[in-house]
This record gives sequence, C-alpha cells and structure tokens, in this order.
Amino acid sequence: MITVSLIIFLIVAVITLGSALMVVTARNLVHAALWLVVALFGVAILFGLLQAGFLAVVQVVIYIGAIVILIIFAIMLTQRNALEIGSRFNENWGWALGISALVFAALVWAIVSWPGFHVQAQPLDARFDSVAELGKALVASNGYALPFELASVLLLAALIGAIVIAWERKPEER
Amino acid sequence: MDLGLWIEWIVKAIILIVVLLIGFMYLTYMERKFLARFQNRYGPNRAGPVGLLQPMADGIKLIFKEEVIPKQADKLIFILAPVITVIPAWVILAVIPLGSIQLFGRTIDFSLAGDLNVGILYIMAVTSISVYGIVLAGWSSNNKYALLGGIRSSAQMISYELALGLAFVGPAMMASSLSLARIVEAQSKTVWFAVLQPIGFVVFLVAALAEINRSPFDMPEAEQELTAGYHVEYSGMKFAMFMLTEYTKMIVVSVIAATLFLGGYHFPFLTDRWPWLGPLVLFAKVIILLFGIIWVRATLPRVRYDQLMALGWKVMLPAALLNVFITAGVMYVLGMIA
Repeated sequence: MITVSLIIFLIVAVITLGSALMVVTARNLVHAALWLVVALFGVAILFGLLQAGFLAVVQVVIYIGAIVILIIFAIMLTQRNALEIGSRFNENWGWALGISALVFAALVWAIVSWPGFHVQAQPLDARFDSVAELGKALVASNGYALPFELASVLLLAALIGAIVIAWERKPEER
Repeated sequence: MDLGLWIEWIVKAIILIVVLLIGFMYLTYMERKFLARFQNRYGPNRAGPVGLLQPMADGIKLIFKEEVIPKQADKLIFILAPVITVIPAWVILAVIPLGSIQLFGRTIDFSLAGDLNVGILYIMAVTSISVYGIVLAGWSSNNKYALLGGIRSSAQMISYELALGLAFVGPAMMASSLSLARIVEAQSKTVWFAVLQPIGFVVFLVAALAEINRSPFDMPEAEQELTAGYHVEYSGMKFAMFMLTEYTKMIVVSVIAATLFLGGYHFPFLTDRWPWLGPLVLFAKVIILLFGIIWVRATLPRVRYDQLMALGWKVMLPAALLNVFITAGVMYVLGMIA
C-alpha cells in the first residue's frame, strides 16, 4: 500500500543514505561536514514522520546545532591546504566494507526478530503528550532513572576532565 | 489532507514572509531615523515624504550593484551561504501563537504551524542552525578577515546559545509545557513572566542581542578590526540578504521575547474582549522591544572579544542556571503549600 508518508519516507531515506555516502567520499572536508548535516537532517525528518517531534527537534539541536558546528569549527582552524590531499580510500577499505556489512546484517537480524516488527504502527492519540511521558520515564525508578543518572555523571566527569585539561596553570604552580 | 488546509498554510506563509520583508525594510528606516535623532541629526529625509521611500531606494540600488565572486572562493558554498542564513530567520516564526478567531463557522488560528507541542525546542533548533550561514560565508570567501569574523561569530553564538536555552527553561517550567500557546495562556491567567522571571528575562535579552550579533555584541562585524567581518567579500543582493537576515532576526527575537516573557498576543482585558486584536497587540510589543534594541545600539560601545566571552561564560551562564534552580525551588515550595 503506497501512502503519502511512505513516499516521503522513501525520498528522505534515499537522500539520507546518499548524503551519508557523500560524507565519506567528498574530497573537501567542509563539504563532507555539510553532507553530514543533510544526513542528520534526514534522520530528524524520519523522527518527525514517526510522530516523535521531541526527538526530531533534539536531533537538530544537538547533532546539527552543536556537534557538526564544532566539527566545522575544528576544520576551519586547521590549515586550508590540508583539506584536499590524497585518496579517500586506503588499503583497508575491503575490511571496513566487510565489517560494516556484518554490523548492518546483525542490526537487521536483531530488528526483524523483534516481535513488534510486524505490528502495524497506530497513530498516536492527539492528547498524548509524548514529551511529558518521556520526562517521567527518565526519572521514574521503574523507568530509565539509572541510565539517565549514569549518563549525567559521565557527562559531568567529561566536563570536569575538559576543564582540567584546558586549565591554564600559572608558571609558579608548576 | 484537504485542499482548504493547504490553501490556508500557503496564504499564511506568504503573509508571514511579506510581513517580515516589509518589516525588514522599515526597520532599517526606523533604526536610521532613531539613531539620527539620538545623535541630534535628521536621518534619511530626501526620498519621499520624511524619507519614507529610502528603503526602496536602497533596495533598488543594491539590485543594480555588480555581484563579485572572489576567484579563490568556494563558489557553491559562497552562493549558498546567504540563502542558508535567511531561511532560519524566516521559518522560526512559524510556531508563534497569535490567537484565534471564529470566522465563517471555523476557527482560524492566526499562527502558521498551529500549536506545536515542542514549540520552544523548535525555536532552539532553528536558532542553533542559524550559525551555519555566517560560518560558511566566512569560510567560503577565502579571506582572512572574513574567516576570523566567521570564527568569532560562531564562538560567540555557541557560547550565548547556552544562556539563551536556559532562559527558555524558566517560562517552560512556569507553564509546565514546551508549547508556546500554553506559555501565553499561562501568562494570561497570572501575570507576564517578565515579572515572575526577572533574571530569566534579563538573561534572555542580553543573550538574544549576542545571538543576533547586535551592538554591543556586534563583534563579527567590528569594522576597526575585521574591516567588515564574515560578509566582507559579499556585494549586491547577496550582501543585502545578510542585512535582511540581521534585521529579520531583530524582529524575530523581539517576537520571541514578547511571547515568552511579555504575554505574547494577550493583553489583559483588551484581547479577552476582542480576540482579533491579538496580532496587533504583539506588533505593539515588538515595536517597543525593537526601539529598545536600537536604543542599546545608540548608547553602548562595543565590548571587547575577551570581555564578551567572559560575560557569556562567567556571568550569563551561572545566572541562567541560578534562575532555573530558583524557579524549580519556588515552584516546589509553592506546590508543597498548595
């Protein structure tokens, strides 16, 4: 059955995968980063098609708005003539291809063997507040409180680590 | 999807863009006129009555200018950058609630995208991608000054985005929703959040000024140090598009500030009685905020780059965090009492 959302999904999927391919094959690093933006935006649209508006927006805020900006920032601070040298492939490309194919096959197998795979998704009730549900699940003791707290502690540790590394010590303290 | 809905969306989108374009044109006029009065001058007064046709004259002049593309520039990105800059400034207003009226037996919601349940986050997302245009313009020009301007502005915008995002948290907590319509409703039931959230309001205003690169934070465009910053190589209409974005963003942040902290389209007694006044009330609030932005530009000198970063990370971020903690604490205590 072909519906509008299926057509949109197919177009977005092709664009996402195509730009993901361009990320690894583009010769210019800034162009590669921009293709990465397109790919991540495609993922955000996929979240939106699944009525996961919160995840779609967070995908844009964090990946496009923060991470790729930092990547571009780092590229801009490097030498311009270091951008376009050499082939995109080295002698290990066969190994990389094999391992990626293996991981992809494992993921497909895992998803297909999941019992919910063949269930037709039902549209959400208009009054269903997915943001509130997500927020409650993150802090409920029978929900995801432990992973949430662990991730918070990990991020805090990374933050402190970054500050310690970047700390400018005065000469007499050395 | 029915055809009526499509027509409604298209008409609303065209109205929004036309309003923003005319707003841009006359905001430049308003700024020049007010700056002139602040500095005891007359300002534009030759084209048309009291200079009212000046924006038209400027536009026509820019259209007929030669467009120069530097030989060493990355051509595709150089041409795309102004476009990438303009789009976020235009799409961000889609979620702003403007009230609704009953007309022809159906409820007409003035806002473009209706009530998005993650409205505030949508604004955050669009703000966070508005950095791209400036960074790419600076990089693709292949010019040291443009690149420095681009790097400066991206560092500045990333730094102030944190404070801006945390300033959004206050109203969201008070209204216990991320939807902008709920936030305006909550303010119509109590008082404006600017009263309940004074720290959040001030942090928002300062961070917004930095986010749109306005004076006193117009660091990326510091003429003395960077000739003109990221758009130094741009000419003609491409340059006009950067200017368009800058002024459109002024309007946009004023609309967001009015919606989050000044009651949005709602004004006590007035819009309860006549709901169609909603957009006009918001317009009046936006004009006042825009006057404030111009006033700041006429008053304050540009801050130094290191002062800007220190302010962002050592003052704004802790203040915004403190505001979130205080809001949470007060709401918890009030919840305990009630």
